[in-house]
Amino acid sequence: MSVDAATVKRIGRLARIRIEEGEVAKYQDELNAILGFVEQLDEVDVSGVEPMTSVMPMTLRQREDKVTDGGYAEKIVANAPLSEDNFFMVPKVVE
Amino acid sequence: MSDLTRLTLAAARDGLKRKDFTSSELTGAYLKAIEGANPKLNAYVAVTAEQALEQAKASDGKLAAGQGGSLEGIPLGIKDLFATKGVHTQAASHILDSFKPEYESTVTSNLWRDGAVMLGKLNMDEFAMGSSNETSYYGPVINPWRASNSNAQLVPGGSSGGSAAAVSAWLCAAATATDTGGSIRQPAALTGTVGIKPTYGRCSRWGVVAFASSLDQAGPIARTVEDAAIMLTSMSGFDPKDSTSVELAVPDFAAAVERGVKGLVIGIPREYRMDGMPAEIEALWQQGIAWLKAEGATVRDISLPHTKYALPAYYIVAPAEASSNLARYDGVKYGLRDTGKDITDLYELTRADGFGREVKRRIMIGTYVLSAGYYDAYYVRAQKVRTLIKRDFETVFSEGVDAVLTPATPSAAFGIGDEDMKADPVKMYLNDVFTVTVNMAGLPGIAVPAGKDGAGLPLGLQLIGKPFDEETLFAAGRVIERSAGIDFSPDKWW
Repeated sequence: MSVDAATVKRIGRLARIRIEEGEVAKYQDELNAILGFVEQLDEVDVSGVEPMTSVMPMTLRQREDKVTDGGYAEKIVANAPLSEDNFFMVPKVVE
Repeated sequence: MSDLTRLTLAAARDGLKRKDFTSSELTGAYLKAIEGANPKLNAYVAVTAEQALEQAKASDGKLAAGQGGSLEGIPLGIKDLFATKGVHTQAASHILDSFKPEYESTVTSNLWRDGAVMLGKLNMDEFAMGSSNETSYYGPVINPWRASNSNAQLVPGGSSGGSAAAVSAWLCAAATATDTGGSIRQPAALTGTVGIKPTYGRCSRWGVVAFASSLDQAGPIARTVEDAAIMLTSMSGFDPKDSTSVELAVPDFAAAVERGVKGLVIGIPREYRMDGMPAEIEALWQQGIAWLKAEGATVRDISLPHTKYALPAYYIVAPAEASSNLARYDGVKYGLRDTGKDITDLYELTRADGFGREVKRRIMIGTYVLSAGYYDAYYVRAQKVRTLIKRDFETVFSEGVDAVLTPATPSAAFGIGDEDMKADPVKMYLNDVFTVTVNMAGLPGIAVPAGKDGAGLPLGLQLIGKPFDEETLFAAGRVIERSAGIDFSPDKWW
């Protein structure tokens, strides 16, 4: 499988990374080089093999469902480029 | 007073306890060394001198009273990937500009609990994506090592290149690092230092900027096997804040260092003998086998048949997880923000501007392999291959092998701006061919300097262990270190 220019642009949109027209060809080459490299996995017989979900055999720990943290909104927004009254500020999204 | 920065961590600790010198003196010596060296080596991206001297003073108070933890007064460097409260934490990326966390990572909290002193934050490949420390927003780190009769600048490896260079050039007693595909062991091998990636789950990932969560593990880089053991003992431990942290007692790793290898079975995997591998790497490997045999280990040829598929599977799994983890950098919550005509512009422009080329490439690959229609063909298949890679190791361990010996890297340190690697991303990825299997299987792996190549550059051997058996790695690593008996001190040119 290899990617064309339109696919590069589509991936850029999905990833929310602006790809300028002049960058498309280089990305296309690089992505195809990497996809070409990983293609060798097709040789492996994986029939009946379970995909790995946890590298160490363990069940996910659970805890009592109660609030254990929080109450410091000012710390949460402390690093925001733009905030007001402990809210993150973004451009208007609803007309 | 002799140069305090040249002491091993263990020797510095003894000196502090004996009151031969104070932590303030030791910390001052390191800060002075950093001031002189950093303009040339670029190992630190932030130096926290004031804070370091305050911590040292507090340690001196404890030491004077005969108190203090296992690292009391020891000055350390911290990889820029670890969240340090109120201090520069950017994963060496532009997109985290001016980010100063409101919290402290668990691993660094453990180090401060034991009395360590923070000298500053260490350079690295951006978001730990790279094998040469050239993808950092802050520019490349320069390896303190140079080939004999050459002043060409070499890479220190990556992604923990700042950690490895700082330890090798006496700019900290030891450093924290992280390893997703080889990022502790490869730079350790390229700088003549010791680096261990512990078993997945041994060190908490809480407060470590995430790259590929199922592969990321923290570990130390240090100047000796013993120093690495002391560091790992402090860094490790169960943490309820990391759901994959394992609830197991942490052994005193330093106590295992002199245990020897008598009676151990060491596996030599035939699949690690690569085409085109330099003869000196093969010779070093044979030398390592001879040393372990001479100390009473049994050496056995083994097969890990899926080895060659580890790197391609990694380049699906790691970018997939990265594309998800790095979705949080959106110009809203922290760091850089570029504005445009609407919110989509804000996201797209911020991320285009804030991420470097390698990071964008990996996010793009990850996005592609997870996108509709490709998920099964790429991601699920890679995770199945990962099961097979892990099974290879389980089989040899169940047949009585205690540890596996391999080369650490396919070559010694290479030049900054290597043209071949710049032209082909896959060439750079091949640096991790011997280390990446260990992350895929979640196992512990240690890189120990074992020899030098024809140009006098350090080369390392890697030992791979059973889950949570780091102790055997320290014991066998120490045998290699002692048998080699080489002084891995670079000639100071900086």
